[in-house]
Amino acid sequence: MSLTIGDTAPDFQLNDTEGGTWSATGSSATVLVFTCNHCPYALAWHDRIAEVARDYAERGVRVLAINANDAERYPRDSFEAMKDRVGREDWPMPYLHDATQEVARAYDAKVTPDVFVLDGERRLRYRGAPDSDYDDPRAGAVWLREALDAVLRGEEPARAETKPVGCSIKWKS
Amino acid sequence: MVREAISELGLPEIEVHTHEIVTEDDARDAGFIGSPTILIDGADLVPAAAEEQIGLSCRVYRRRDGRISPTPDPDDLREALERAARAEVNR
Repeated sequence: MSLTIGDTAPDFQLNDTEGGTWSATGSSATVLVFTCNHCPYALAWHDRIAEVARDYAERGVRVLAINANDAERYPRDSFEAMKDRVGREDWPMPYLHDATQEVARAYDAKVTPDVFVLDGERRLRYRGAPDSDYDDPRAGAVWLREALDAVLRGEEPARAETKPVGCSIKWKS
Repeated sequence: MVREAISELGLPEIEVHTHEIVTEDDARDAGFIGSPTILIDGADLVPAAAEEQIGLSCRVYRRRDGRISPTPDPDDLREALERAARAEVNR
């Protein structure tokens, strides 16, 4: 069953590449980004999402990147490859591994990237794409930023849902 | 994207054939490294890097300005089509 705006989102416990364990609770707002290493859409939007993580950290927003892709068929999305990537790049957010794909299924995530914004009570406030154009860095993840600004003001985002755009999540067969 | 470039360049003599890769077996048989792959006279518009893996996936392209993209740089495509058209004339 897919989540709708206003629903309480499922909690989870996932490990990141540095040995930390994360859940969907404990922040004034939490951004979940289902992403991966090999999808051009996820890569094109990555820097914009990382900027959001940096810009909103002081306001108590936690951004969690989650890779749920089947690493058997897509070795570039393996946990080892995730660790390599975080080691090579400057990541301002933890990179979580959803090895069983249970979290991606619970959120009904479709593509990479697929963005979910939860408020402090874990209610879904935004779901969709970071902004309107993966091809234009100037778009600046503005839809995600607008949603976070609204949540931090205690308001409903004016644009609560957009169509996520990207590569399909690689489900295990 | 390819048809658009052909139209812009006024090269109606260039034919476009599309081939859908549906299964992992299809990918293996075709040596397919991801979608979209554009072959011009049999040659990949952007030759695959050594680490590319065969399979059903999206391809990662890099535009001339360094941006990562799911599609090749339009200028790379236009130039390759023009080269192909010139080669055809010289045959």
